[in-house]
Amino acid sequence: MTEVADTPVGRRLQHVKHIIIVCSGKGGVGKSSVSTQLALSLRGSSPNARVGILDIDLTGPSIPRMLGLDGHPVHQSSDGWVPVHADGSEARLVCMSVGFLLKKKEDSVVWRGPKKNAMIRQFLSDVRWGELDYLVIDTPPGTSDEHLSLIEHMAPVHSRLSAVIVTTPQAVALLDAMKCLSFTRAVNLPLLGLIENMSGYVCPCCGEVSNVFSTGGGEEMARREGIKFLGSLPVDTELVTLLDAAEPSPLSDGVTSGVNGDTNSASTFALWQRYQQTPTASLFSKMAEEIVRTLARDEGSATTPSE
Amino acid sequence: MLAVQHAASAPDPLSVPSNAPEHCPGTESELAGKADACAGCANQEICASGVTRGPDPALPLVRERMSTVKRKILVLSGKGGVGKSTFTAQLGWAFAADEDTQTGIMDVDICGPSIPTILGLATEQVHSSSSGWSPVYVQDNLGVMSVGFMLPSSKDAVMWRGPKKNGLISQFLKDVDWGALDYLIVDTPPGTSDEHLSIVTYLRDSGIDGAVVITTPQEVALQDVRREIDFCRKVGIKVLGLVENMSGFVCPKCKGESQIFKPSTGGGRRLAQDMNVSFLGSVPLDPRIGKSADYGVSFLDEYPDSPATTAYLEIIDKIKQQLDVL
Repeated sequence: MTEVADTPVGRRLQHVKHIIIVCSGKGGVGKSSVSTQLALSLRGSSPNARVGILDIDLTGPSIPRMLGLDGHPVHQSSDGWVPVHADGSEARLVCMSVGFLLKKKEDSVVWRGPKKNAMIRQFLSDVRWGELDYLVIDTPPGTSDEHLSLIEHMAPVHSRLSAVIVTTPQAVALLDAMKCLSFTRAVNLPLLGLIENMSGYVCPCCGEVSNVFSTGGGEEMARREGIKFLGSLPVDTELVTLLDAAEPSPLSDGVTSGVNGDTNSASTFALWQRYQQTPTASLFSKMAEEIVRTLARDEGSATTPSE
Repeated sequence: MLAVQHAASAPDPLSVPSNAPEHCPGTESELAGKADACAGCANQEICASGVTRGPDPALPLVRERMSTVKRKILVLSGKGGVGKSTFTAQLGWAFAADEDTQTGIMDVDICGPSIPTILGLATEQVHSSSSGWSPVYVQDNLGVMSVGFMLPSSKDAVMWRGPKKNGLISQFLKDVDWGALDYLIVDTPPGTSDEHLSIVTYLRDSGIDGAVVITTPQEVALQDVRREIDFCRKVGIKVLGLVENMSGFVCPKCKGESQIFKPSTGGGRRLAQDMNVSFLGSVPLDPRIGKSADYGVSFLDEYPDSPATTAYLEIIDKIKQQLDVL
């Protein structure tokens, strides 16, 4: 890849080490929630890791809400858009989404393909990502304009791309996840693995585990298709509430009192603190570790690591 | 990757060709062939000559086909996975329960068609005849069309950009032999993009009776649903009402009810109030709904005792009432 710097996208992403695309054929399976958790966990994986998160779900951006950044404006500098810092002055988790560009929260973005394509190119070429260890990209459901544009524009940095597929256990979702897998194969996108989300729900009254959306389908699919199964995540109402940016969960009162919703407060990154107290965080950190290991290994075999 | 049987090969219905430059003004625009973006485009001369500016040649064909369809309903939601297809299927089954009612279901989710699985038609294929593509029938008064019936294997990804999707949607409307229908229910993909614009454009002349908007209780979903209602207003579609899915879960063991997706900002009811649309009802989360969808059986018929069935039927009644008044 000698021509890496030849396109604006290549130049802009020159100092991004790994790019992880989170996708699933189906909507509402938790892509954005997984992207958010992955970005948080990767940021937490080392004291200096810098992570970016790019939301290319243009007609239904959820990332700003999940990071508690609803309504934040994006600043334009002479050198491009400055991504929004989720962790304030630390600036180790930076985020870009079309949600930051909308004036009102109920404004709909009614765009056909070519305009979406232009927006995605702009996100990749005009945002000042700076040096990043990981760039997590959250995608909309399906395998259409956004996905094709993304892969096209990222061609100069293709060697640094990889994907995570998210599914839920029902047959209907697995069918679409299968399509997504076919997509990654068609465009030659290395797969880090499959995550099964919403696998089981623990009744808060009696502790009985209900398989609200069935269970085990993801693992079965991974085995059948010979792809890595990263694990399954149960429905975690605490996490849902946290990412929905509702009132702070009672567990974390001590941490967040007074700074509720203000994730930009300088010293503590409240969202991270609160996230670590959810039951899912520990399950997810194992998946993130696995991803970090895989990427480090691949990097080691391909080029000399820069650290 | 994809083999689609082509019935009558129709003129290209695309407003923006697949090889258009990204700021293409659209072939029907006044600026077609003259905008800055047109410089260097292979189609510039054709556009500049003005032949493309007439109305879409597919429109009269769609109008003719739709002239025998009484009611056209869209099922929408900005968010994915909230139960659009499941609701569409229940609505279809409920309408078709009356044997004198002819119902059609059209699935315009091109990249992730779920309707064939939910209706138990996963292995079916489309057949074409002299009068067009024949829908796949669940029962003699419930016909279905989906891209899922056209894929050689369910594993195949449909990696299509907008214009190709639009082309297929226009074919679904003009080349499918729907016959005389009392209801045509259109299941859509999440978002507000090509598929939505196309279906609205193609059906503008024939008239869309209204849209049922589906949501789940959490704010992340409501955000997208607000955008969808905004879209309906922009393009002038009447919102028949809002349905809240997955609201509350009743544990099968202890019968205690808990909120999986907490309505942290007041849920669907509050949203309906704020945006001044009617609230049709909430459907509790019953694991058997998802299971029925996976097995392709009618939840309403299989579990008539479930509170979710009651909720569904009440909502469907309200929709029927609204449509009858029209």
